[in-house]
Order: sequence, then structure tokens, then C-alpha cells
Amino acid sequence: MPQIIGVPKETAAGEKRVATVPEVVEKLIKLGFRVMVQSGAGDAANCSDDSYRAAGAEIAASAAQLWSGSDIVFKVAVPTAEEVGLMREGGVLIGFVWPAQNPELMQQLAAKKATVLAIDSLPRVLSRAQKMDALTSQAGVAGYRAVIEAANAFGRFFNGQITAAGKVPPAKVFIAGAGVAGLAAIGTAAGLGAIVRANDTRAEVADQVVSLGGEFVKVDYEEEGSGGGGYAKVMSEGFQQAQREMYAKQAREVDIIITTALIPGKPAPRLITAEMVQSMKPGSVIVDMAAERGGNCELTEAGKAVVKHGVTIVGYTDLNSRLAKQSSTLYATNLFRLAEELCKTKDGVINVNMEDDAIRGLTVIKDGGITWPPPPIQLPAAPPKPAAAAKPAEKKGHGHGGSSEPMSAQALAVVFGIGALAFWFVGAYAPAAFLGHFTVFVLACFVGYMVVWNVTPALHTPLMSVTNAISSIICIGALVQVAPPVTEAIGRPGAWILGLAVAGIVLTAINMFGGFAVTRRMLDMFRK
Amino acid sequence: MSYSLVTVAYIGAIILFILSLGGLSHPETSRRGNLYGIIGMTIAVLATVFGPMVTAKGYAWIVGAMVVGGAVGLYAARTVKMTQMPELVALMHSLVGLAAALVGFATYIDPAATGNLQGAEKVIHEIEIYIGILIGLVTFSGSIIAFGKLSGKIGGKPLLLPARHWLNLAGLLVVIYFGARFIQADSISSGMLPLVVMSVIALLFGIHMVMAIGGADMPVVVSMLNSYSGWAAAATGFMLSNDLLIVTGALVGSSGAILSYIMCRAMNRNFISVIAGGFGGGAPAPAAAGAAAQPQGEATPVSAAETAELLRDAKNVIIVPGYGMAVAQAQHTVQEITRHLREKGVNVRFGIHPVAGRMPGHMNVLLAEAKVPYDIVLEMDELNEDFPDTDVAMVIGANDIVNPAAQDDPASPIAGMPVLEVWKAKTSIVMKRSMASGYAGVDNPLFYKENNRMLFGDAKKMLDEVLGVLKG
Repeated sequence: MPQIIGVPKETAAGEKRVATVPEVVEKLIKLGFRVMVQSGAGDAANCSDDSYRAAGAEIAASAAQLWSGSDIVFKVAVPTAEEVGLMREGGVLIGFVWPAQNPELMQQLAAKKATVLAIDSLPRVLSRAQKMDALTSQAGVAGYRAVIEAANAFGRFFNGQITAAGKVPPAKVFIAGAGVAGLAAIGTAAGLGAIVRANDTRAEVADQVVSLGGEFVKVDYEEEGSGGGGYAKVMSEGFQQAQREMYAKQAREVDIIITTALIPGKPAPRLITAEMVQSMKPGSVIVDMAAERGGNCELTEAGKAVVKHGVTIVGYTDLNSRLAKQSSTLYATNLFRLAEELCKTKDGVINVNMEDDAIRGLTVIKDGGITWPPPPIQLPAAPPKPAAAAKPAEKKGHGHGGSSEPMSAQALAVVFGIGALAFWFVGAYAPAAFLGHFTVFVLACFVGYMVVWNVTPALHTPLMSVTNAISSIICIGALVQVAPPVTEAIGRPGAWILGLAVAGIVLTAINMFGGFAVTRRMLDMFRK
Repeated sequence: MSYSLVTVAYIGAIILFILSLGGLSHPETSRRGNLYGIIGMTIAVLATVFGPMVTAKGYAWIVGAMVVGGAVGLYAARTVKMTQMPELVALMHSLVGLAAALVGFATYIDPAATGNLQGAEKVIHEIEIYIGILIGLVTFSGSIIAFGKLSGKIGGKPLLLPARHWLNLAGLLVVIYFGARFIQADSISSGMLPLVVMSVIALLFGIHMVMAIGGADMPVVVSMLNSYSGWAAAATGFMLSNDLLIVTGALVGSSGAILSYIMCRAMNRNFISVIAGGFGGGAPAPAAAGAAAQPQGEATPVSAAETAELLRDAKNVIIVPGYGMAVAQAQHTVQEITRHLREKGVNVRFGIHPVAGRMPGHMNVLLAEAKVPYDIVLEMDELNEDFPDTDVAMVIGANDIVNPAAQDDPASPIAGMPVLEVWKAKTSIVMKRSMASGYAGVDNPLFYKENNRMLFGDAKKMLDEVLGVLKG
């Protein structure tokens, strides 16, 4: 009996997202589930009831019908007390819950004997969990939207232009906090052509900032700001002083500031003071993505865009709803990936496997029992990274042109010793005529060695065919035996020799002509 | 022509040969390099024919033999498919080996060549003949087997006789013993028996040596045989006291030796262990790696249409071709896709592992044949660092050369082998016929990675579909 996934219409004010979209409905049905969507649930995200119906979902007329008819409910915003009241006894709820901030809600859900998977409690350190990470997907959308809001409020182009009507300087954007939202904002702003600078207390994100086209601005103070689990921590007073100076300097220089700084479980850090806002050029824009948690800017008003000291300060808290279709699609995919993990048998029945690290972390209530917070994850012992990293580095000298690593002195001594012995042996016993040839041979080996090291690897096949053609020089050996200027000595098996020599010439001629011709054919193909 | 003139001509030929190899350092100069080789060879042959060592009665024979051989050679060169290049090269090595052996026999039975040598000179001359024939025949039979393996006439699995190292050692001892008897022989007819016995052993040794080597090690074998054919020429040069032969043989020999060395290093293998054989396709290696090294998880299949989508949305694409592309003859479709994507502004490049294919540089030749511009075909070391910035890495018919186990898993049989780090790209797509392991018999954790997709099916067919979607 397949379970029914219910998707209610979001009730929170201004919430335009929906927990699943028609494209994902199809995939959920492929997993064996039935899907029920409340009428009008996707309207604000441009997903009509008809499109859900076309994807195979059933449409429930009212919230009550939906909540009572669903085994599993997919939600976006934290459910309200009324919604929990509608919920079926022993049902499953998947969505944002924020158990630390909502203890009462947790009690209500527990009383309903519910099983609750809080997508916000996903253990993000597990690489396997990335595909389910709704915080990341939503933060990415918000970061993008923040830049768009900034562009909307900003009176100039982002990219520099030189037009017939004069030169337009590029906008300078400073982004505080290079988390997921910050990085998305950097990429978007750089994509629009702005000069982007960014700062984060975690020094290790500098590379990511640069990779997205931003410039990393350092705080002139030594302290490591990584607080574990990829989040930032509160910094020391000395650091904060240096940081304030840096922000003050940036505020004077840039046109747009986007702040994304959040510290888990604490109010957002105050980065931009009223004086800094005052020091900004008129017409500048601040987008404060931390408005909901008190704001990074002193003058932010949550949920509103205000103009103070000539600077537009955008404090919207619904950036995701302002891009509802995109946010919903990504969120729906995150939940679908979670459904896949929960339903490995693809028979439409979920199995909340508490042995699985990712599922264990997500599950905050199991059958009415509160299981939050989860025990710390036993991460597998870190692989010997340094060794693995060192290996490719060692192989660096791998190129061509005789850049091979020098041999150890001992090995070199042995090689020279053997060489000397061999040469002594040859010198002691071989006749003079042989030595002449031997000299030529040894020198030719060295010439060959030097020349061939310079051959580009792309031409290794032509090299082989041309050396092969050249080695048909053995032909000379056969040629001189065909008809040498000797008087027919008694016992010279002339016919035999002639036969062997002619056979030799035929073989080498095949090689000679064939080898050069095929090399030529190959080389003609190497075109730029 | 006098002796001196011939010698001068030979020096000219030697210089031209060196320039010829030097020209191959860059595709721009390579065509001229080949031309130098042709001129050098022409000078050498003409100087010999019109020199004092050949009388007029031989001209008819020489012209006849040249015409016959040349016609066969040109025909083969014109008709060979680029995917068959390894076979052709192997076959040509065998011809050089056989020719060296024939010249050796002819020299031995010619009293004019040996008659006036005495003492140490005679001994050395006979050793030269003996070794020349030995190397020639080992090259001959080894190359024939390599040809058979490359063309699929003989299975690619290594044939491992019990106690094969002892067999080889015994063969070597017999060869040395008969070598001593050969030198002591006082007449040509009494020296013939040891020579023939040695010849048989040399042939068997060549067969055995290559039979024991697996398909994945073929690039090493082909370049090693290339080297042998050079040494065979050098040995013939000593035999005939001809410096031109010695120099040319040494050039070719060291060239092949360097190639073998490069190939071995690209596989992180010891030359000796490759020659000792038994690696490529051998079952014991993965068993020893143990179950602990088994990759976990599930491979994610993908359709041709989705692949096309991924490619269309990408900015940077790296294509990693392997032997599978050659087998499926997919290089032209690959080129079409590349051209199409490049017209759309996608930065498409090719990453070539040194041992991709069955011969050094095999992939480059195939891509060149399909008219892929050579400046987007890069070596492993040139672009391995670019994978993190790459949107899609497409692996076509390659396996071991993109196996992350070589870096991560010290217990893996291919541990330490340099590999193309395709898994660092945002998405990697592996085109394969099935989940079967590569020649090394090692399971590939790449297939189970989160960002990897598997496109199952014949490379040519699937790429045609991808191209269809891209164009549509």
C-alpha cells in the first residue's frame, strides 16, 4: 500500500514557496508514492493545480482534507499550531522545524505521536547529505536575489561601459560573509560585471571567493574563525576592532554592500554601524540578508527597504519567496532526494532508518519521542590526506626534456661502477677495430637519448613509425650481400646468400616505404 | 663511388636521421622531420647501391626486391585504418627483426665476410652474428604475437605458464651454451646446428615473452619491440662493421627504450615487472586488494539526452578518451560534438593519459585523424589541475586511467599510478558498455561518486545520439 505524500498550501505570511513542484511529483510517483496537493498550493510559485494534476498528483480541496489524508506531509515554513492540530496521529512531517527555536512546537508534534524530519537539522558535514541540503539551496537562491534587489535599488549599471555617451565606471560591491549565500551573491554580482570584494572570518574560503570572480579582502589580524561544521564563530575583541576598520574603509569605497554574516544560535553580528552608512556615497545600497536575525547593519529594518542618509537599506526577509519558483524547485528536489534515501526499496513506503547518520540527524521526533539533538556523528577517520596530496606533487617532474629527478648518490655510484667495469672489460679484450665501432655506438645512444626526450608525447606514435622506418636501414646489410665484388670463392653458397639478401631487401623495403608513408599520412592529420 | 664518398654519404644520412627525430619535437616541424628521414634513407641506399660493395649484376635483383617491397609497404600504409596503427607498427617491427636475422644468416654463410678474420676479431664477429640473429628473431616472433594480440586474433589475457621465469632462465642458459659451441665451431656447417637451435629458442622466447603480457601493458610492449628492432639493426651494424647501421640502430633503440620508460612511469610500474608479465587482466591482484577496498554505493545512469543537456550547459568540458573510443571508432563523432560545442563557445579540451590506447600517442593520432585541432589535445600533466574548474568531464571508453583508487587506496593494485582527476570536475560522465572493470581488473570507485553519471552503451552509438540531441 503506497503512502500518500501531502503538500499543503503554505500559510505563513508572505510565504510564496511550495514544498514540491510538478516535475518532482512525477519523480516521487516513480518512487511508488501517491502525491496529494492542496488546491492553490503552488499558485504563488507559478505551479497551477492543473500542472500538478497533469504530473499525476491528486488535488485536495481544503487544508483539513489534505492534512488528514496524508501519511507524509512536505512543508516549507515551520508549521503553525493549527496545522499541527490538523495533522494525522502518527503522521510524518518533513520540512523546516528549527527545533532549538521552537520547543513548544516540538512538544505539540510529539503529542501527535508524529515522526518529524527537520531539513534544517541535516548533518551538513556528510558529503552524502549535500543533495538534500535545503539550507544551501535556499541560501544560494537568496544570495542571487540579494544582488538583484541591490541592482534594483541602485541607480547605475553594474558593469563598466565605454559608450558614445561617455564612460560608465563599474559598480563596486562588497560582500560580507562568504557562506553559500555570500558565494552565490559574489558569483551573481561578478556575472553582472561588478567589481566584487568579499570578506569572511574563515580564511579558507578565500580561494572560493577568487574562483567566483571576487577579490578576498583580508582583515589585518591573525585569528582563525572556523567554528566547526563549516560555520563561523564569534571572534576576539582585537579581531573585531581590525574588522571594523576594514569595513569602515570598504564602506567609503564601495557602492553596494551585501551582508550575510550569521553565527548559529546567536544574533547576527553588527558589522555596519550608522557612521559607516553615513560615510557611504549617496545612492549606495545595503542589502542585509541577516535582517531576520537582527541585521548586520545597525539601521536595518526587517522586512522593509528604507532610505537613510541617502543609502537604501534593504532588509527583506523573504528573498526566497521573491524567487518562489526557483526556490520551490530546488527545495522540492532536496526533499525528493531525501525521499529516495528514505525509500530505497522504491515501493512508496518510507523507512526511517536511525542507523543512517544523515537520517538520524534529520529525525528530531520519532514516533512521538523527541530524538533531538542527535549524538555527534562518528566521521570516518580522515584519510591520510597529506600523503595523497604529496604524491601528485612528487610526480611533478614528470614532464619532458630530461627533467627527471636526480638519482641518489648511491645508485649513481653503482651505475658508474658497473659502467666502468664493463668499459674496462671491453677495453682489455676487444680489438681496436671493434673499439672504433663501439665508440660510435655509445655516442649514438646518447644522441638518441637527448633527441628523443624532446619529442612531444602527442607524436609518440609517429615517432615509433618513423624510427621503425629508419630501422629498415638494415637494408644496407642486405644490399651489400646481393652482389659483392668478390671473385666466386670456392664454397661460397652464392645462391643461398642472394636468396636471403633479396628476401631481406623485400622485407626492409616494405618497412621503409610503408613506414615513411604512414608517418607522413599521420603527420598530415595533425592540424591546428 | 669510392669508399670515402660512401662514408661521407653515410655521415650525411646519419645527420638527417638525427634531424628527423629532432623534428618530431613539435607537430609544426614534424612533417619536415619525416622528409629528412626519407632523404637520409634515399642517400644511404643510393650510396650503397652505387658504392663499391655492390656490382652491376645485383642491380636487377635490388630494383626488383625494392619495387615488390615498396609496393606492399605503400599499399599497407595507404589502406591501414588509424585505429589499426598499433597492429601495423607491431607487424613492421617483426619485419625488421626478420630482416636482421636473414642478414645475419647470410653473413655467416658467406666466407668472404668471415674468411680473413683471426683470433679475437673472429670471436667478436661470431658473437656479433649470434647476438644479431638472437635479437632479430626475438623481435620477430614477439612482434608477431603482439600483432596478434592487438588485432584480437590472440586473446588479450596474459598466458602464464607455470614456472615461466625458470623457463626463461633455462632458455637463456641453453642459448649461452650453444653460443659457446658456436664460437668453437671450426667450420660453417658445424656452426649451423647451434645457430639453428638458438634460433628456435629465440623464437619461442619472443612468443613466450609477449604472450605473458596483458592487454593494458601493450603500450610498453610495442615500444619495447620498437627498441629491440633498433638494437637488432645496431647488432647487424657491428656484424658488418658498418657505422651507419650502428648509429641508426642505437638511435632507434634508445628511442624505443625511452618510450618504454615513459610508458612504465605513466603506469607507475617497474619495467622489469611489466616484462615479467602477468599484470594486465590478471585475476589475483584485485583479490589481494580485499573486500575492504570495494567501493560503496550505486552508480547513477544517465541518458544520451541528459548528457547532451549537461554538455550544452557547460562552459568548460574536458574529454578523456581511452581505448574504448578506438574500438568503437567513435573519434569522428567526438570531433563533431567538439566542433558543435566549440561553435557554441564551450571550451572543449582533451586530456590524454600517456598509456591511453594500445600504443604511445595512440589517442593523439586518432583525434588528429578526426581533425581535432592538436592545440586542444593536452597531456595529463597540462590539464590535471584544471578539473576543479571544469563543468563536465566526459570519459569515453577509459577506466583505469581515471580511477581515483590510484590516489586514495594504497592497497589498490594500481596505487600510485598517475591518473586524470576527472572526479574533481563538477560532473563527470563515464561512457562504458557495462560496469565491468578495466584491464587492470580493478573496480573503479569513480563510478559510485555523487557527481558521476554513467552513460551505458556502445560509445559510437551513444555519442551519435548525444550529437543528435545537441543538433536538434
